[in-house]
Amino acid sequence: MIEDIGNLFHGFAVVLQPYNVVLMVLGIVLGVIIGVLPGLGGANGIAILLPLTFSMSPTSAIIMLSCIYWGALFGGAITSVLFNIPGEPWSVATTFDGYPMAQQGKAGEALTAAFTSSFFGALFAVIVITLLAPLVASFALEFGPPEIFSVYFLAFCSFVGLSKEPPFKTVASMMIGFALGSVGLDQMTGQLRLTFGFPELLSGFDFLIAVIGLFGIGEILLTMEEGLNFRGNTAKINPKVVLQTWAELPRYWMTSLRSCVIGCWMGISPAGATPASFMSYGIAKRVAKNGNKFGTGVIEGVVAPETAAHAAGTSALLPMLSLGVPGSPTAAVLLGGLLIWGLQPGPLLFVEQKDFVWGLIASMYLGNVVGLIIVLTCVPLFAAILRVPFSIIGPIILVMCAIGAYTVHNNTFDVVMMMVFGVAGYLLKKTDYPLAPLVLAIVLGDKAEEGFRQSLLASQGSLSVFFSNGLVGSIMALGLIALFWPLIQDGWSRLHARPAT
Amino acid sequence: MLKSLNTGALGAALLLCGAPFTTVHAAWEPTRTVEIIVPAGPGGGADQMARTVQGIVSKHHLMKQPMVVINKSGGAGGEGFLDVKGSKGNPHKLVITLSNLFTTPLATGIPFSYKDLTPVAMLALDEFILWVNADKPYKTAKDYVDAAKAANGTFKMGGTGSKQEDQIITVAIEKQTGAKFTYIPYKGGGAVAVQLVGNHVDSTVNNPIEAVAHWRAGKVKPLCVFDSKKLDYHDKIAGDRAWDSVPTCKSAGLDVEYLMLRGFFMAPGVTDEQVNFYVDLFKKVRETPEWKKLMSDGAFNQTFMTGKDFLNWVSKEEKRHEDLMKAAGFLAAK
Repeated sequence: MIEDIGNLFHGFAVVLQPYNVVLMVLGIVLGVIIGVLPGLGGANGIAILLPLTFSMSPTSAIIMLSCIYWGALFGGAITSVLFNIPGEPWSVATTFDGYPMAQQGKAGEALTAAFTSSFFGALFAVIVITLLAPLVASFALEFGPPEIFSVYFLAFCSFVGLSKEPPFKTVASMMIGFALGSVGLDQMTGQLRLTFGFPELLSGFDFLIAVIGLFGIGEILLTMEEGLNFRGNTAKINPKVVLQTWAELPRYWMTSLRSCVIGCWMGISPAGATPASFMSYGIAKRVAKNGNKFGTGVIEGVVAPETAAHAAGTSALLPMLSLGVPGSPTAAVLLGGLLIWGLQPGPLLFVEQKDFVWGLIASMYLGNVVGLIIVLTCVPLFAAILRVPFSIIGPIILVMCAIGAYTVHNNTFDVVMMMVFGVAGYLLKKTDYPLAPLVLAIVLGDKAEEGFRQSLLASQGSLSVFFSNGLVGSIMALGLIALFWPLIQDGWSRLHARPAT
Repeated sequence: MLKSLNTGALGAALLLCGAPFTTVHAAWEPTRTVEIIVPAGPGGGADQMARTVQGIVSKHHLMKQPMVVINKSGGAGGEGFLDVKGSKGNPHKLVITLSNLFTTPLATGIPFSYKDLTPVAMLALDEFILWVNADKPYKTAKDYVDAAKAANGTFKMGGTGSKQEDQIITVAIEKQTGAKFTYIPYKGGGAVAVQLVGNHVDSTVNNPIEAVAHWRAGKVKPLCVFDSKKLDYHDKIAGDRAWDSVPTCKSAGLDVEYLMLRGFFMAPGVTDEQVNFYVDLFKKVRETPEWKKLMSDGAFNQTFMTGKDFLNWVSKEEKRHEDLMKAAGFLAAK
């Protein structure tokens, strides 16, 4: 432990070399730009820039690439809040309260809250990695298919019944999501499903295309109907907005801490940042006193998902380094980079490549601090974008969405699909079907299905596998409690009300 | 002026790679960005190899035009192959193959085959090894197979994908020994290796590069390699063991052989000169230290083939896959 801290300071010394500091700042700025462009996510951005780093030392290369990753994590929140277009899967939950805040002219507050919570989430995760790396790595090994499924089950359960819409509309929307998510190759049997012989459908419906269409294009259509105006354009540019929001944030320390824990757990297990953000939002809504106001623009609804997403995104690097299993698509590309630089991810990386590992961990600390400073100074600038007339910014968003949709798979068919999703999103919004369950089902549906079927294969078809040990049993139990929480709460209050009557 | 410089450089390049010095004007080279299509997701073996090639080409300035790597993994790679098949005559598109060149059309009925593509070169063959958790008592492949037989179908074999190479090997072992396994498909080789470390499956047939880190950490152990001869790498990797200490499966009484193609193809309808440009390019790539490092890290079989030899190898291999998959009942319903 003491030795680890010594190593960490050695890591700081490596990172603080001027050359590495320049790379760090460059990485953050590039990352924020990549994060802002929908579709061009962290994974694509890093894949494009990876060849540039082959001539650098592995430590410098990973500093720059991981800083792109932090930058993209920060940047993903910007479009979610301003335009209701989540740049990354884990930003979807941020739109629920971030976008209403922006519409009320509080874009600056929402962005500050998002960035600051991201920072704390990441910081918490790095501290966990620093102190508990070996322990945490062995925890990840406990997760077989039943455990993985139980985590997704918990994510779905903690989200069901959250929306204001009638439960049947939520279920209908979720079922459409499951159906769309099952298009393409069935991993378990190697057969094609629901492609109807169209080669365009081979790769299924990518989450990003659906989100850019449903949220981005759908929103533009709504705005056009409502008279070509951003509702948030009354926002005053207020340079003090950061400090004012900061004064308010300490009130949400409990939400923040809970989200940190959820995030770290999801990142390490490794289920990833997306279920972490949804789960954290769902639980925050259940627990908060003003839970019924969630979705109308409360700051806590931004804090919860952003903290969890970043804690998960950061801690997902640990299983990548110590086990070679990427916790996110971006981590997968970084993993490819490690191999090209001649480093072998695995338990021995921490022993044999101290410079590299501790340099990376030190860059997580410093990269997030630098990132926070850069994005916070730009908050008033980002918020000012909403003052640009819609007739100018609308077409720009449309073009960016189209480019984003194209870059996901370099496929023009995806751009057409994006427009179809856009119209569908508009119609669903008009008829009050919630979009979030649909998106959640597209993102997590096939993974949950995979875990479920793998478990049943291994157990020869017996459902008891989901309660076969303490770990999976308690996660499943938590999920069931979350699902029936309204009923439980109801029963509890009746039980207590009876003596009084 | 520019032109003479150009031809001079080209002539030198031709001399360097030992090609017969015929007419300089005949040499073709790419005029725009070259795409490498990876018919698999990011982070896997094919993707790593494509990105290594990309890195080597840009680091050593082996080509004037840039090279980009594009993942098209939809439909078990069918998306990527269909893209190249449909780019008739486009000399700026390469596709790296894994066994799904054979398995995907057979298992899913997606219409493509190696005959729709122009073969360029085989760069290497990827090995497969039978791995078990290091805590298990089995010392040889025979011990393991006997235990699997006794377990009567409850032994879990983890592998990448369904009806792809890992499951084909599993079925081949079943046919050979009479043992029965429950095959559990996962998305990537790295995840499969970790499932073995965590004891969620009983064995895997991971490629060397996917499991080597856990071997070195003493978490898993190799029982035998599915090749006709031992691996030709002698550096100590795990304790005092090197890759060449792993016996062949055949010598352990498990007569199954399987190697996976890591090669490049181009779109149909390209000219011989265009193919030759890339053959020369890959020859240069193979000479670099980065490539040699990748080969020894992953304990690859370094067979290099081009032209007729390569085509013959591919057509034989397709036939073999068809037989194996037919026997296993993996062919798509017509």
